Amino acid sequence: MSIIPQKRFVSLSNEEISRYSRHLLLPEVGIEGQKRLKAAKTLIVGAGGLGSPLALYLAAAGVGTIGIVDFNFVEESNLQRQFIHGTKDIDRPKTASAKDSITALNPHVTVIAHNTNLTSQNALDILHNYDVVVDGTDNYQTRYLVNDACVLLQIPNVYGSIFQFEGQATVFGTSDGPCYRCLYPAPPPPGLVPSCAEGGVMGVLPGIVGCIQACETIKLILGDGKGLAGRLLLFDAWRMKFREFNIEKDPNCPICGVNPTIEEFVDYEQFCGLKKDEEPVDAITAIELKQRLDRGDTLQIIDVREMHERAVFAFEGATPIPFGKIAQRMEELNPAVEAVFICKVGKRSAHAIRALREAGYPGKMLNLQDGTNAWARDVDTSLPQY
Amino acid sequence: MSVTILIPTALRSFADGQVEVMVEGDTAGNALEAFTKHYPDIRQHLYDENNSLRSFVNVYIGEKNIKNAHGLATALRDGDTLMLVPAIAGGTRAL
Repeated sequence: MSIIPQKRFVSLSNEEISRYSRHLLLPEVGIEGQKRLKAAKTLIVGAGGLGSPLALYLAAAGVGTIGIVDFNFVEESNLQRQFIHGTKDIDRPKTASAKDSITALNPHVTVIAHNTNLTSQNALDILHNYDVVVDGTDNYQTRYLVNDACVLLQIPNVYGSIFQFEGQATVFGTSDGPCYRCLYPAPPPPGLVPSCAEGGVMGVLPGIVGCIQACETIKLILGDGKGLAGRLLLFDAWRMKFREFNIEKDPNCPICGVNPTIEEFVDYEQFCGLKKDEEPVDAITAIELKQRLDRGDTLQIIDVREMHERAVFAFEGATPIPFGKIAQRMEELNPAVEAVFICKVGKRSAHAIRALREAGYPGKMLNLQDGTNAWARDVDTSLPQY
Repeated sequence: MSVTILIPTALRSFADGQVEVMVEGDTAGNALEAFTKHYPDIRQHLYDENNSLRSFVNVYIGEKNIKNAHGLATALRDGDTLMLVPAIAGGTRAL
């Protein structure tokens, strides 16, 4: 059944009928389906890698109202995948740039820009105006918030997420289907897995996953076809492999189960471990490290970046031990010599220090604050920041 | 039983970059034990301090989630494939 009732149908102009001709020729869409699309109000959370294809395909398909929530500004490093924005849009709010692109593609679409961070305070106010929510978020706290809001408001939640070469997609929050908490009751603690900013992402990956989300959204609006609810689609772009897994609704789910214990929003930052004080590590700035090296201090520099990152530029004199192997290769370090740990932005190196401490390493350890990017910014400006 | 464990991108750096490995085990738990013995750095990603499977990692045998079967005690057949499916997110704020 469609999520758009017939009573909300609006008529199509002759211009719109010409524009959507290829849809109208499909009996599965037809004039009725196109009217449903026009009446539909869809909210896209995140105008990034997933949001780019989503917003443009939904606009092209004739979804009448598209809301976009994002509070970020366009950065140069976004453009490798976030093609709803262009080079001229760098430093503009993503919602403004996305709105311009959508309007240029299809002026019949009403675009609502929510230039804000989605929070426990504003989520219900924003989401309750929409028929379907498409989750293009890049972080766990917003993802759990979107999930919970959709369950509480009984709005379907078209989910997608990406990492490096791999993507996931499904539909949560349908009346009898599972929700994100049924699949993953809790998120990983911060830092256990690197983010795209550290781990990278293939640019076309969110394009493919975002298109799958757009397809699922359109089918929900049309009320036809076989949707992904209850099935997790896993996509490996590098091996060009799709896999499918069952997701069962968890009767003990704290929000969509038989006896829900969550009836209002929780503190998502806390739930995702972001408020937990991380064990501090001793830091050294790039300038201090340069001074100590110039002075001839004996230091061992451990580069925990991956081999392909060291190919961007190698840190002179550093011993490479990738982050994932640090505890295993502890014996390569000399506890009698002070060790400085470096990575791209200083996060993995801090985790490496904590991991070594936990493994019982007795030597003195320092973390290069803000990583090799700080070294390239403050010490050797001939090197790139990446 | 000889089974294959499929390792997702997010966890490969903790398993020498391997995409799949063959291990021996007659239950999902035994197979994962053999796997983590070989790649100790991956253990903290799969198990919590109580040796329970972490809530952000699902283990599938075929299309079936072991938590909807018998969990780590789920029996394996020779030639089964175990796929590790962790939660993923692209963003920067989590780290």
